[in-house]
Amino acid sequence: MIAQRAGTTALRRVAAAPSSVFKLAPLVQTRTFQTDKITPADASAILAKQRLSRPVSPHLEIYDKKQTWFGGSAWQRITGAGFSGALYASAVAYLAAPVLGWHLESSSLVAAAAALPVAVKGGLKFLVAWPFVFHAINGVRHLAFDLGIGFARSTIIKTGWYFWGASIVGGLYLAFFM
Amino acid sequence: MAALRSSSARVLAAVSRPAFRPVAAARGMANLADGATQSQTAAPEKSPKLKTFQIYRWNPDTPTEKPRMQSYTLDLNKTGPMVLDALVRIKNELDPTLTFRRSCREGICGSCAMNINGTNTLACLCRIPADNSAEMKIYPLPHTYVVKDLVPDLTLFYKQYKSIKPYLQRDTPSPDGKEYRQSKADRKKLDGLYECILCACCSTSCPSYWWNSEEYLGPAILLQSYRWLADSRDERHAQRKDALNNSMSLYRCHTILNCTRTCPKGLNPGLAIANIKKELAF
Repeated sequence: MIAQRAGTTALRRVAAAPSSVFKLAPLVQTRTFQTDKITPADASAILAKQRLSRPVSPHLEIYDKKQTWFGGSAWQRITGAGFSGALYASAVAYLAAPVLGWHLESSSLVAAAAALPVAVKGGLKFLVAWPFVFHAINGVRHLAFDLGIGFARSTIIKTGWYFWGASIVGGLYLAFFM
Repeated sequence: MAALRSSSARVLAAVSRPAFRPVAAARGMANLADGATQSQTAAPEKSPKLKTFQIYRWNPDTPTEKPRMQSYTLDLNKTGPMVLDALVRIKNELDPTLTFRRSCREGICGSCAMNINGTNTLACLCRIPADNSAEMKIYPLPHTYVVKDLVPDLTLFYKQYKSIKPYLQRDTPSPDGKEYRQSKADRKKLDGLYECILCACCSTSCPSYWWNSEEYLGPAILLQSYRWLADSRDERHAQRKDALNNSMSLYRCHTILNCTRTCPKGLNPGLAIANIKKELAF
């Protein structure tokens, strides 16, 4: 490369000499664009300005849906937060019930649930049972992760789906057969 | 030039595989014209296998324009097998303004890391699926600042790498004044760690890193942390562990494990992080 460049420079010099122009002129490379020299300060100013306008590349919306939408870790958090929220909400409602005249005693809740058709009753139970089963068994999976077990790539993918299947089966069992 | 040579060499190879192989022509600096004439004379015209690539575009010279997806259609018969071959061909023949990083084209430099069909991988190691005609979508690494088109700004990533002091720290001189020796078993602990090429595929696949990249180190850098924690020759284990023992640097890892699923080198950043957690806990 360097040798080649030296050769080009030599050619250019020869080409600049008036006697040999007619022979070598076609070999001389000409550039149609020009570059400007800028100081390091100017360069960093341009960089700083450009950094302000850079977009963030797309993430959640383009990443593999199997991983972002069915990730066990995310659902572990969602189900856990859901149960915590439900606990707080029910406790507060129970406290507020006498003041607001609601009837949240066990006996009245049992009576209300008994009056519902089986499908609705099971469906409502499944809404609670699935997150419960998922959180419980996937929690065990995360405990195994903490011990460094089950990190092979194929194991991660397979156990992910197994735990989804098992939690749905377990949720249906709790909802309709308990 | 390399791309032209490889694509024409491939055409030659495909054409002459059963009969003879023009070694000199295929290995020399054959140009595109050579390949074209060869294929015209020797091969019956194949039906074109068209594949459309949708590629993320953003130009810093027109920063007010929103990023957009641009489609390019290539004939796979004339393209190499990998996504990087397609990108190089698009740049050479369809649109010279398409910008992406590439260097080694064999999965060793980590330059061409990008999001291809939803997962992060190296374009040079990712085959173009030839069995279907579905469009391929190519984005820059997720949740990074885009310098241009498929080029992400990895400044923060490299700063984080620097912050973990990725070099051997040791005060005791070796007994014989030569190299620092370690047993075969100790050397074995570094397998699966030292191969990391810092392509940032795993870190940018991690939702935790998307939301907390300022403070959370991310899988790639944590794998490197563990590479030095696992090194029997290093004498700063306590300091290294101290530096990680806070709520953000390490413990933003929630074992989502996108990192292990995406690593183009088949490494296991998730396991490395679990090992660090174990070292800190027990």
